[in-house]
Amino acid sequence: MPDTNMTEGAYNYAYLDEQTKRMIRRAILKAVAVPGYQVPFGGREMPLPYGWGTGGIQVTAAIIGRDDTLKVIDQGADDTTNAVSIRRFFAHVADVATTTRTEEATIIQTRHRVPETPLEDGQILVFQVPIPEPLRMLEPRETETRTLHALSEYGVMQVSLYESIARHGRISKSYNYPVQVNGRYIMSPSPIPKFDNPKLDRSPALQLYGAGREKRIYAVPPYTPVKSLDFDDHPFEVERWTECCAFCGSTESFLDEMIIDDAGKRLFVCSDTDYCEGRR
Amino acid sequence: MNTPTLSSPLLSARNITKRFGGRIACHDVNFDLWPGEVLGIVGESGSGKTTLLNCLAGRLTPDEGSVAYETASAGTVDVHRLSEARRRLLTRTEWGFVNQDAREGLRMGVSAGANIGERLMAVGARHYGEIRGSAADWLARVEIDADRLDDRPTTFSGGMRQRLQIARNLVSGPRLVFMDEPTGGLDVSVQARILDLLRGLVERLHLSAVLVTHDLGVARLLTHRLMVMQGGAVIEEGLTDQVLDDPQHAYTQMLVASILPV
Repeated sequence: MPDTNMTEGAYNYAYLDEQTKRMIRRAILKAVAVPGYQVPFGGREMPLPYGWGTGGIQVTAAIIGRDDTLKVIDQGADDTTNAVSIRRFFAHVADVATTTRTEEATIIQTRHRVPETPLEDGQILVFQVPIPEPLRMLEPRETETRTLHALSEYGVMQVSLYESIARHGRISKSYNYPVQVNGRYIMSPSPIPKFDNPKLDRSPALQLYGAGREKRIYAVPPYTPVKSLDFDDHPFEVERWTECCAFCGSTESFLDEMIIDDAGKRLFVCSDTDYCEGRR
Repeated sequence: MNTPTLSSPLLSARNITKRFGGRIACHDVNFDLWPGEVLGIVGESGSGKTTLLNCLAGRLTPDEGSVAYETASAGTVDVHRLSEARRRLLTRTEWGFVNQDAREGLRMGVSAGANIGERLMAVGARHYGEIRGSAADWLARVEIDADRLDDRPTTFSGGMRQRLQIARNLVSGPRLVFMDEPTGGLDVSVQARILDLLRGLVERLHLSAVLVTHDLGVARLLTHRLMVMQGGAVIEEGLTDQVLDDPQHAYTQMLVASILPV
């Protein structure tokens, strides 16, 4: 592949140098081979701050080619600053077509949502992950969390769910809801709403997760079981709304609540802008 | 499942030696612990009691010697040759460990119920109602009011924390409990209550226990057999009453003579 750059000649194709992309691809292959396992990688400095998607961008840069079509969403929307900047970045450095249509995209980089439109075989979903370790808030020591993963000692995660029910009467965690991948590793699905968790289960698309600050990559291969943790008598359930989307009338999608005047009038709209526009 | 007969000890330690650099913490300790027996280890501070206990419980690896444990279902195992996974499983199912400082043995950030339920969830319990039920049951058994079930241990007194720690360890139905000064740092009336509780539980549940203490009164009340340690070595052992009423070694005589009369 002629990957030595384009017109300006200032940057390598897709921003990262070839050795770095090779290293990230090796990490991705390992992550796919061991679903849910966090693979360390040599994260690079990217031209944007940690927390803005450095992990996701490095993963995308490592897998993108000229034939790809890229879609970037932030909180479900294609037109927010983060999404627009990252999309423009790759259009510039990787010379790829971009789109806002979920079904046209081959790579979808996302923060905080999984698109409403069902994904298909051959699509790749790249997540930006702030904290890859699902046990971090329960066990501060990295050496200990690694041991817990290695020995699948996940009692402490269940303790946190127990505590939530004891305190609030239900499992109150509404985003970043822990999942167990392929019956083995417990994984943080990144801060997507738990509404999206069922979409991860046996998804035909490949899911790649990149955490730039913590320098970890993990993955869920297509058609892999992903189970949200729960109790037998407090089963996992997703949030529901009594309203429908004010623009498209959908009752099935994840709705954002907006306050639209000083009197506190509320409006519910789809968080997935592409899905909403497609239905109007 | 083969029930252990009286012909096989539950725990047997052979030639346990642990050094920290050039300093010998415990030297050539041998003993057998039989099912249903409570063994006390007494001695002054620095005599190697806690080091020995940690070696027995698999928390420290001795430099020499071995610890054999008769498991409930898998025959006799060498504690220090087990894989880390097996050893950790053993310590949270068949064993319990009661620390002197309850904060080390508890999760201070979660409720009493979650503390008690952790071992159950660790071995796969996934029914909230049942977990909560056993937690409430154990809370009652250690004499803590049922309405404290959802309170954090940070709001508990020292004695209550210690009782909570005991409940947390016993909920999984262990066969062997290691206790490191379980009543150290508590005032005497609270001590008496915990000793009462422990004595009742040990008898009712047919527990075996290894108890480390510097308090001969505690040892007299709880233990069947006593080992006296000095400078890392066992200098005298025997039935508790026998050792305390008729001490043979000069150091034991001194220990017994140092008990303050009331």
